[in-house]
Amino acid sequence: MITLEHIYWLTGLMMAGVALVNARDFTNPRRFNNTAFWGIYAITFLAGSYLPDLVNGFLVIGMVLVASIRGLGQGKGESATREEREEGARRWGNKLFIPALAIPFVTVLGTLFFKKITLNGSPLVDVKQVTVISLAIATLIALALGMAMLRPPLSAPIREARRLLDAVGWAAVLPQMLAALGALFAIAGVGNVVSGLAQRWIPLDNPFVVVLTYTIGMAVFTMIMGNAFAAFPVMTAGIGLPLIVQRFGGDPTTMAAIGMLSGFCGTLMTPMAANFNIVPTALLELPDENAVIKVQIPTALLLLAANILLMNFLVFRR
Amino acid sequence: MLTLIGVAIVVIGFVLRMNPLLVVTVAGLATGIASGLGPLAVVAAFGKAFITSRYVAIVWLVLPVIGLLEHAGLKERARSVVAGLHAATTSRVLLAYFAIRQVTAALGLTSLGGHAQMVRPLIAPMAEGAAENQYGELPKRVRYKIRAHAAAVDNIALFFGEDIFIAIGSILLIKGFLDQNGIHVEPTQLAIWAIPTAICAFVIHCTRLLLLDRSLRAELARQQDKA
Repeated sequence: MITLEHIYWLTGLMMAGVALVNARDFTNPRRFNNTAFWGIYAITFLAGSYLPDLVNGFLVIGMVLVASIRGLGQGKGESATREEREEGARRWGNKLFIPALAIPFVTVLGTLFFKKITLNGSPLVDVKQVTVISLAIATLIALALGMAMLRPPLSAPIREARRLLDAVGWAAVLPQMLAALGALFAIAGVGNVVSGLAQRWIPLDNPFVVVLTYTIGMAVFTMIMGNAFAAFPVMTAGIGLPLIVQRFGGDPTTMAAIGMLSGFCGTLMTPMAANFNIVPTALLELPDENAVIKVQIPTALLLLAANILLMNFLVFRR
Repeated sequence: MLTLIGVAIVVIGFVLRMNPLLVVTVAGLATGIASGLGPLAVVAAFGKAFITSRYVAIVWLVLPVIGLLEHAGLKERARSVVAGLHAATTSRVLLAYFAIRQVTAALGLTSLGGHAQMVRPLIAPMAEGAAENQYGELPKRVRYKIRAHAAAVDNIALFFGEDIFIAIGSILLIKGFLDQNGIHVEPTQLAIWAIPTAICAFVIHCTRLLLLDRSLRAELARQQDKA
């Protein structure tokens, strides 16, 4: 059976390759920082499941120190010039889209059909992780298509991966780091403290004020945690269920659905949701790391206002 | 109250623009210690949480093939395809992507998109190409603005589409949480109540996208006046 662990090995091998390419790149003045950073990251993928938690913790701290003291650099050259790429675009034409579109296409097919394929009675892939495993398999198929079509040197994919990954830099690890922070917040009970504060300081004897507190609370708490999934249980247990449902007789289904979406408005406005808001600025080579958030804020605020009104009119409809 | 020290560190760190990796690590360690764990136990808890969150990084597996295709001219091709369509404007390209992304996400096809797979190699170059087609070479500031909008479209359409699908993570989380509290709801019901917000998201963001062409035109006209 293909499990998440196998996909981690694959990711680890890619990170190790990126580290090696960096080690041999003399155009990067900080090449050993990059090598150490991606090298340690590779270890967390290849061996993380087998190492003690404490060792993993120190590996992570090692990566953070490498990235924050002197920082990571970027190699020069080696990639194609604009003229070469335009020549390539003319030469290959729309065929270039085939491997690119194969990634989403095969991922979707995989999520739909891998569940049904069995080998000697056991499923071919771990059903619980089918989306992530499908994505990994899709990238391999797309890579095979691309290699067969373009026939570049064998080392080209890993050198290209190095170029893109170094362009993203440490931001590539930030989403994972924030997920880890969320777990620590949960262990420490940050959520209970926040909802306790809200209950103590906000007058919660009017249904509209309660709806306001719950929806805005979801958005703000999501901004702090970077994730609506972390905010939802806390705000709903602290304010939603006891006040909206029990005291004022609101409908729990409507409340929960619109409450979660109010949290998503918060996701659009916070650097803590790094994979949605910070990583794309790195990928798109934007100089302002808050550029995507700034574009999203007007929509997020208008939509939060819409959610407040929707919940106020729909939740008490009985 | 001391438990909130991590939140304070994160806010201060982001405001001072310190390295976010460092800020987050310090915030995590401080939160753990404030909650009464020993220093080594905090490091171990952090390591464990980092390792269990590795699935977030799987998306980077797309980089070798995307890099390879970019090297061969994928972005340039995406641009020239749009340049061939005379009706294409930045607004219309992004509107079309918004509609496709939201509808497919609502059908559970959330992987038909993403910043590394779709926005960087295809959508952003197409949106830029449409503007180049109308106005010629673009100043950097305008380019950056268009790219940021392309990323925002991917996020907003995904967030407010996926909750209409009954088997998505957030719906399952809501159902699990309410079950634990003795309230039993059907995923279909939850999905139905996500529709009003989805419609609002579509109306609000698409209106903003329609206005984008106008603001690009105004910005480029100002630029030319100065020149």
